[in-house]
Amino acid sequence: MTATAEAIGHAPAAQPTIAKTFAAMMARELRVMRRNFFSTFMRVIMQPLLFVFVFAYVLPKIGGGAFGRAAGSLTFSTILVPGLVASSIIMQAMMAVVFPLVMELSWQKSIQDRALAPLPVPLLALEKIAAAGTQGLIGGLLVFPAVLFVHAKGQAPAVHIDDWPLFLLVMVAGSLLAASAGLYLGTVIDPRQVTMLFTLVLLPATMLGCVYYPWAALDHIRWLQLAVLLNPLVYLSEGLRAALTPQVEHMPTWAFLLVLVGGTVVLCRLAMRTFTHRVLT
Amino acid sequence: MTSDQPAVRTVGLHKTYSSPDGDVPAVAGVDLELARGEFFGLLGPNGAGKSTMIGMLTTLVIPTSGQACVCGLDVVRQPVEVKRRIGMVSQNNTLDNDLSVAENLEFRGRYFGMSGRDARRRADGLLDLFNLGDRRKATPYQISGGQAKRLMICRALVHRPEVLFLDEPTAGLDPQTRVNLWDLLRGLQADGQTILLTTHYMEEAEALCERVAVIDHGRLLACGTVADLEESAGAETIITVTYEGAPPADVAALRGRDGVSRVEVSDGQVRVFAREPDGLLGELVSVGAEAGIAVTDAAQLRPSLETVFLTLTGREYRE
Repeated sequence: MTATAEAIGHAPAAQPTIAKTFAAMMARELRVMRRNFFSTFMRVIMQPLLFVFVFAYVLPKIGGGAFGRAAGSLTFSTILVPGLVASSIIMQAMMAVVFPLVMELSWQKSIQDRALAPLPVPLLALEKIAAAGTQGLIGGLLVFPAVLFVHAKGQAPAVHIDDWPLFLLVMVAGSLLAASAGLYLGTVIDPRQVTMLFTLVLLPATMLGCVYYPWAALDHIRWLQLAVLLNPLVYLSEGLRAALTPQVEHMPTWAFLLVLVGGTVVLCRLAMRTFTHRVLT
Repeated sequence: MTSDQPAVRTVGLHKTYSSPDGDVPAVAGVDLELARGEFFGLLGPNGAGKSTMIGMLTTLVIPTSGQACVCGLDVVRQPVEVKRRIGMVSQNNTLDNDLSVAENLEFRGRYFGMSGRDARRRADGLLDLFNLGDRRKATPYQISGGQAKRLMICRALVHRPEVLFLDEPTAGLDPQTRVNLWDLLRGLQADGQTILLTTHYMEEAEALCERVAVIDHGRLLACGTVADLEESAGAETIITVTYEGAPPADVAALRGRDGVSRVEVSDGQVRVFAREPDGLLGELVSVGAEAGIAVTDAAQLRPSLETVFLTLTGREYRE
């Protein structure tokens, strides 16, 4: 037995720092993400893939004009590219944080495993946001091939990026905003009600998130155009519209950047606080 | 320098939870001190405040008032420093279900600053020592309760903590696993590991702990070595003698004798509660023989941690 104890005593020398612990936790997330890559990302790709298949391939083929040129020379697929990428980012980032959180905060409290690592608990929240944001970003990028290349003849989307920094900033800020919102919601709702989150938050957010129509087009329904401003997805859709399809009328840059970046900062801080309250009693 | 500080020190430690039914005091003013290398047991019935104590000492529960230090570091003001020095095995299975058995240990090592290679080597070494070597690729869902507990202890030891906290480590384990675990913990302590264990198994505390404290309703009721507690006030030997038929009338004479605190006579049975039990059992048997009443059964229950525990905490049911 003493031999065992002696062997246990021979731990490799280690100098933990906050940065090393944070990096090790990110490495854990990447390991899990890599292992579950197919199942994780299939669920986010299927919906936009089927959507463009039906609306940019099947309907133009069978319905002719109705789903052909939507507005002037714009194809419907041109409208859809930024919208579907945006909704995929939001969906993937939120699911990446909410599902594990429900398990971790349930009665077994397996969150204690990570909470006992030598890292301040608010930074553990930040790590979760960074990891879920990374998943959102990857999810968004994986959707591009589907939305760019699945379409009927003559229905190709007109996409060109003039401003790469703007594109990257919108993608990253949108992913982090969704991850922060996910962490915040995941810590304030009852874990048993998590399916309600999808019914009451994600579904309306997607349908009313300027995914399938540009925000400017809503000026025919003024009250709705104002109401959807409460939906963060609108700013991501419009931000990507500005970056990917600048020829389509879109929200001013200052407006969507203010919400995407400012909202991320505010929600991130809020989520760090609510998460800390859930983990420490 | 923290090495000359006590392993654990609490002063007037309180934790009150607020609930819809009002404030619930879980820990109500505990002063405790553990020396380095000590094996200490915190005993109490369910809901006594044991887990809340461990929660506060491991930084996951914020005290309402009072102070708690681990290795001289304040758990509220220096939680990260405290976490670097402790290992904790909770009652619940808190294994990382997204990782394999080996990865649970590997990432624990990396969280505590080891390189990936060192952490993997450490994980492999510990898994072999704990007889989990053939389960390294399994997920936590695929291993038994005893294996999961061993893995959690492994995980708590990966970074060789200065203080190891074990919250009811053998609850729900089979006797083989329990005894092997005891051996392991004894080995660790022999190697200088400070251990704080909570339990409501008296034999566990007797088998392992140098010092124990009995806690109930959030307060420390007694603290000392097992022998100290057994000798403490209120610990009595209970002698039970069963006769064939009514007990002899002479047993009533034991009432009022020095060292005898109580004599209970019921149908055919006499129970004597005594602090000085020497000779009493023989006397009860010979009194019966003189009266021509045979003795069918006789038992002497010496004061044990269990009788002390029940004397201190009472016998009403707990949640």
